Amino acid sequence: MAQQALFLIMAVFTLGMALGTVTSRNIFHSALFLVGSFAGVAVIYFLLEAEFVGVAQIIIYIGAIATLIIFAIMLSRSVTGQNGSPMNRQWAFAALGAALLFAALAWLFSRVDFGSTAQPVPEDAIALIGAGLVTEYVIPFEVASILLLVALVGAILIARERHS
Amino acid sequence: MTSADYLPILILILIAAPFAGIAILLPSVLGPKNPNRMKQEAIESGMIPFADARRRFPVQYYMVAVLFIIFDIEVIFLFPWAVSLNQLKIFGLIEMGVFLGILLIGYLYVWKKGAFEWE
Amino acid sequence: MSIVLLSILKSLALIILLLTGFAYLTYYERKLLARFHVRRGPNRAGPFGLLQPIADAVKAIFKEEIVPGHVDKLIYIVAPALSLIPALVIFAVIPIAPDLRLGGFTLQFHVADINVGLLYLAAIASVATYGIILGGWSSNNNYALLGSLRTAAQMISYELPFGLLLAAIILTTNIGREAGTLSLIEILNQPRPWWLWLWLWLAFPMFFITMLAESNRSPFDLPETENELIAGFQVEYGGIKFALFFMAEYISMITGSAIMATLFFGGWRGPFADPGTWYGPIVGFGWFFLKVVALLFVYIWVRASVPRIRYDQLLQFCWKVLTPLSIGYLVLTALIVVFVG
Repeated sequence: MAQQALFLIMAVFTLGMALGTVTSRNIFHSALFLVGSFAGVAVIYFLLEAEFVGVAQIIIYIGAIATLIIFAIMLSRSVTGQNGSPMNRQWAFAALGAALLFAALAWLFSRVDFGSTAQPVPEDAIALIGAGLVTEYVIPFEVASILLLVALVGAILIARERHS
Repeated sequence: MTSADYLPILILILIAAPFAGIAILLPSVLGPKNPNRMKQEAIESGMIPFADARRRFPVQYYMVAVLFIIFDIEVIFLFPWAVSLNQLKIFGLIEMGVFLGILLIGYLYVWKKGAFEWE
Repeated sequence: MSIVLLSILKSLALIILLLTGFAYLTYYERKLLARFHVRRGPNRAGPFGLLQPIADAVKAIFKEEIVPGHVDKLIYIVAPALSLIPALVIFAVIPIAPDLRLGGFTLQFHVADINVGLLYLAAIASVATYGIILGGWSSNNNYALLGSLRTAAQMISYELPFGLLLAAIILTTNIGREAGTLSLIEILNQPRPWWLWLWLWLAFPMFFITMLAESNRSPFDLPETENELIAGFQVEYGGIKFALFFMAEYISMITGSAIMATLFFGGWRGPFADPGTWYGPIVGFGWFFLKVVALLFVYIWVRASVPRIRYDQLLQFCWKVLTPLSIGYLVLTALIVVFVG
C-alpha cells in the first residue's frame, strides 16, 4: 500500500521533472530538471527491488551523464543563462509525434507477454548479474566494451580536431 | 532484499533535508537586515564587474567528463563481477581480462592523443 | 511501525552525532594546526577554547542574510543544502558499533543494512558534486564558476580510482567466504588472513589520496584556492550558507575516515569489542572513534605539511598515475583471489 503510494508519487514527480526539462526557458534549468527525472527513475528502480540497476542509474546517469550535459552547457557559446523559448513553429507536429509514439508503445506493452512471474528477488541477485555477464550474456558484454572503445576514440577525435 | 531495506535511508533523507532547510532559513529571521547596493554586487576583488560570468570554458573539462563516463560504466560492470568471482574462477578472470584489455587499448590511445595533457 | 520509529530515532542520533563531530573537528583542526605552527590556537571561549565551535555557530546564525542581486535565487539558496545532505546521508550504511542484545531485542548501530552498501557509497559520492556545481553556477561570478567547474572535474576524475579500489576491496571479500559481498556490515564479519591485511594496506595510500581529493582537502583544495580564485565556488556565499558548505566538507572528512577505518582497519573491531555483550557496543564504538580520530589527524597533518598542487598536476596525477595504479592493483587482486584465496 505504502509502496503503491510511493510509486504514484515518484511517477508523478518523474513526469513533472521531464515536463520541466522540455518546457524550461533556461537550458541550465532544463538540465537540472533532467537530473530530477533521473533521480525519480532511480527511486522507481529501488521500489521494483532492482537495487543494482537503481544504484547504477544514480552513478551513471546522475553522476556522469548529467554532469557531462552540464559541462557541455557551460562550454557552449551563447546558451548559458540566456532564456530562449524552447518552442518553435513545429511544436504541434512534435507533440503529435510524441503522442503517437506513446500510443504505439502503450498498445505494444498491453499486448506483449513479458513472461514475468511474481518471484521474490534472490538474495544474491548481484552475484547472479555478475555471473550472467561472463557466462550467458558474454557476447553482449564484450561487445559493450567495443562500443565504449568506439565512443572513447570518437570523443577524442571530435574534441581534438582543431588542435592537430 | 526488499525495498523496505531502503526505508531507513528514505527516513534519514527526509530528516536531513528539513534540517538543512531550517538552517538556511534561520538567519533571515534572526539576522539583521541592512541591504545596500554594494552588498548586492558580484565579488571581483574590489573591481567593478564588467562582464557576465557565464562564458565559455576550455574543452578539456568536457574531455574529462566524457572519459569519466566511459570508465565509470566500466567500473559499474566490475562490481557484480567482483562479487561473484569465487564461482567464476579462471573463466571469469579471462572474460574480464578481455573486457578490460579492449578498454585499455582505448586508454592508451587517448593518452597518446594527449587527452590527459592539461594546458 | 516500530521500524519507522527506530529509524527516525537512529537518523536523529546520527545527525546529532555528525554535527557534534563537525563542530569539534573544526576545533581539533584549529588546535592541531596551531600546534604545527607553534601557536596556541583557540583558547578564549570556555576552558581551553572548548566553546569556540558553539560561538562560531551562534555567529553564523545571527549573520545578515545577503542574497546578491545577480544570482539565480532558488538554486543559490538550495545549493548549500544539496551539498550537506549527501554528506549526512552517506553515513547510513557504516556500522559504528557491534550489535547490542537485550533480552529478545537486538539494537544495530547503523541506520540501514542494504545489500549494495559499497555501491551506495559510490552513488552518494557521485551526487555530492551537484551542490558545488550549482553553487558556482548560480553565483554568476567568474571566480565561482571557474571554481565549481574545477571542483566538478576534480571530483569526477578521482571517483574513478575510488571505484576501482572499491572493486578491488570487494574482490578480497571472496577470500574465505562463499561469495563476495557489498555490505559493510558483512565485510567486518569476514575473517581476514594476515597477508590479506598487508595486501589491503598496500592500497590504503591510494585510497586515502582519492578521499582527500573527493572531500576537496589540502593539497587538493583547488576549489578554494584563495590566491587565484579567492574561495572558488563559495565566494558569493556568507553566513550560514557558507557554513553549510563548510560543514559538508568537514562531515565528508569524518565520513571518509569512517569508511577507511571500516574497510582497512576493522571498524569497531578491537580487543573486548565483543558483539552480544553489554559492554561490546561501548568498547566497539570506542575503537571506531579512536580509529576515525587517528585518520582525521592524518588529514590535518597532510594539510599542515603538503603545499597545494597545481591544477594540471592534479588531473594528470589522477589520470596518468592513480588510475593505472588502481587498475594494476585490481588485476593483481583478482589473480590473488583466484589462485591463492
